[in-house]
Amino acid sequence: MALPQAKQDALAARIAGLSFASEGWLGAARGEALARLSAMGLPAKRDEYWRYTDPSGLVAVDAPRAAVFDDSDESPVFDGIDRLKIVFVDGVFDAGASDDLRLAGVEIERLAKAGGADIHWARDLYGVLEARGQVPVQRPLAALNSAFATDGVLIRVTAKAAKPVSLIYVHKSETSDAILHHCVKVESGAEITILENGPAAARFSKVLEVEVAEGARFHHIRAQGRDHERRAVTHVFARLGAGALFKSFTLTANGVLTRNEAVIELAGDEAVAHVAGAAVGDGNFHHDDTVFVTHAAERCESRQVFKKVLKNGAVGVFQGKILVKPGAQKTDGYQISQSLLLDEDSQFLAKPELEIYADDVKCSHGSTSGAIDEVALFYLRSRGVPERVAQSLLVLAFLAEAIAEIEDEAIAEDIRARLEGWLHRHEH
Amino acid sequence: MLRIKNLAVKLEEEDKQILRGVDLTIGAGEVHAIMGPNGSGKSTLSYVLAGREGYEVTEGSATLEGEELLEMEPEERAAAGLFLAFQYPVEIPGVGNMTFLRTAVNAQRKARGEEEMSAGEFLKVVREKAKKLKIDADMLKRPVNVGFSGGEKKRNEILQMAMLEPKMCILDETDSGLDVDAMKLVSDGVNALRDEGRAFLVITHYQRLLDHIKPDVVHIMAAGRIVKTGGPELALEVEHNGYADILAEVQ
Repeated sequence: MALPQAKQDALAARIAGLSFASEGWLGAARGEALARLSAMGLPAKRDEYWRYTDPSGLVAVDAPRAAVFDDSDESPVFDGIDRLKIVFVDGVFDAGASDDLRLAGVEIERLAKAGGADIHWARDLYGVLEARGQVPVQRPLAALNSAFATDGVLIRVTAKAAKPVSLIYVHKSETSDAILHHCVKVESGAEITILENGPAAARFSKVLEVEVAEGARFHHIRAQGRDHERRAVTHVFARLGAGALFKSFTLTANGVLTRNEAVIELAGDEAVAHVAGAAVGDGNFHHDDTVFVTHAAERCESRQVFKKVLKNGAVGVFQGKILVKPGAQKTDGYQISQSLLLDEDSQFLAKPELEIYADDVKCSHGSTSGAIDEVALFYLRSRGVPERVAQSLLVLAFLAEAIAEIEDEAIAEDIRARLEGWLHRHEH
Repeated sequence: MLRIKNLAVKLEEEDKQILRGVDLTIGAGEVHAIMGPNGSGKSTLSYVLAGREGYEVTEGSATLEGEELLEMEPEERAAAGLFLAFQYPVEIPGVGNMTFLRTAVNAQRKARGEEEMSAGEFLKVVREKAKKLKIDADMLKRPVNVGFSGGEKKRNEILQMAMLEPKMCILDETDSGLDVDAMKLVSDGVNALRDEGRAFLVITHYQRLLDHIKPDVVHIMAAGRIVKTGGPELALEVEHNGYADILAEVQ
């Protein structure tokens, strides 16, 4: 079916200024992504999958202006963690600020240099998981990213990485529009932790494709930047082999618009995927977690844990689905999405879904929205804990189940400290 | 220590009068008990003194060592030395019992301008006091009161009291839900804190608890007032004859 003319025009306008690198295998992959995008067109508010989040700021021709935020009142995120740093400023690789890209057991190549080189494993990954993730729900902004990403990293892990690889996204220009695309392949039995932090740009599009082979382990922790006016759309596409482990946690504090999609396929038996998020917003804040977990093998476990703390008109969205395919017996699926509304102006919209085609599965889901527990608050205060401290304790307690998904205690502590800082600054 | 004068209180939402002029004076070192039928206002009195929302004081005053409690925030009352052991201790998922205790102890010290307790010192003191109440390391690590049995919750209240060292302790039906052994344990914990600088107000339905925590004065409360005051023998009278005789006599 041909795309309506208006949709064709909007898409043409959006991509007119973007550069399309056509050389080599990467060019071919980009071409296929562009074809996918052209068939879908850009998302619009009336699309079912965008019912709760207006995509106009994400699809506009120019990135809406976003003031650069001074976050020097806190130590840099993950500062105390020994890691290999790769820095992008407004989406442009910063060699001076980055570490040497050599790490035992890990091959790292920049996407911008990969087109001409024959990186066979990346050929089988770039745009491939994104394309698989277009069914049954279309994700045009991910296809746009695959077609036009200007840089990113290709990471192949063949052993247990000595330290995390840390992707740092610096935002310096009020009008920057960054598109980055990363691929990570964790080979059988290997293990890596990928850290991401920073706002990246006024508008940031990012795709991360992750293949976790048999018995491999992948950990992902990110802290999206504190810039109030930034916009971001991110996608994680993951495919897990037998006995593989995938764990992803995201902290979002501030940001006028954030849409984080996670599309996870448990393709091998006994694979485990946990995806979690803690989002805190005050005022002009719209945060959307859209998750799709497919159980395609037996005895797999998946957990989705999403918590949001909202005040002064902030909006939280959760669209989460567990799809259990025929034959995916003994599936253990869990999904929880909860919001803590600190006033009556804030809003939480949740659409939890289960679709099950196997008969021997255990799936549970829950979604709640509530205020601070006044009885607990009084109990704490009656012991001498000042009201604001008591409130922070209860908010952190509310977020604890999501933070518990971070395995590394030092990283979890860093995230907890960010949240405490945020709560302290947003007490009033 | 505690001086309550003509205290009248109604429920904010229902416009229902609960306390109708309570007068009560408790001196330092004394243990007073309040007994009374259901609905007489005993728990309301304890909540109003601790500063729970939802009540409107229409008349009267309540001072702790001369300071007006009713004008303070709940945390200020705690720092001033008031402690309420809850009838139903609250479960707080996600907040570790130890974190809670330490935050409370140090918040009170800070409010009083005292030096905060170091992590090491705190650990040492809390372990020692927990041991006496047969509270094990696991209970200290778990979230506040979550998954605790009725008896464990009450012991945890007494542990908090022992750590916070308040001047005025109010025990609201601390015996409810306790078996004989647990009641002994809790009472021993309370008795260990008896001190000439500290006063207790024990609210209970049953004389049983008063066998363990021996009161100096017993009050009978009915329909929002203290209707009779006497010695420990008054509790025995209630145990044998119920409230009916006393109430008839007062009326």
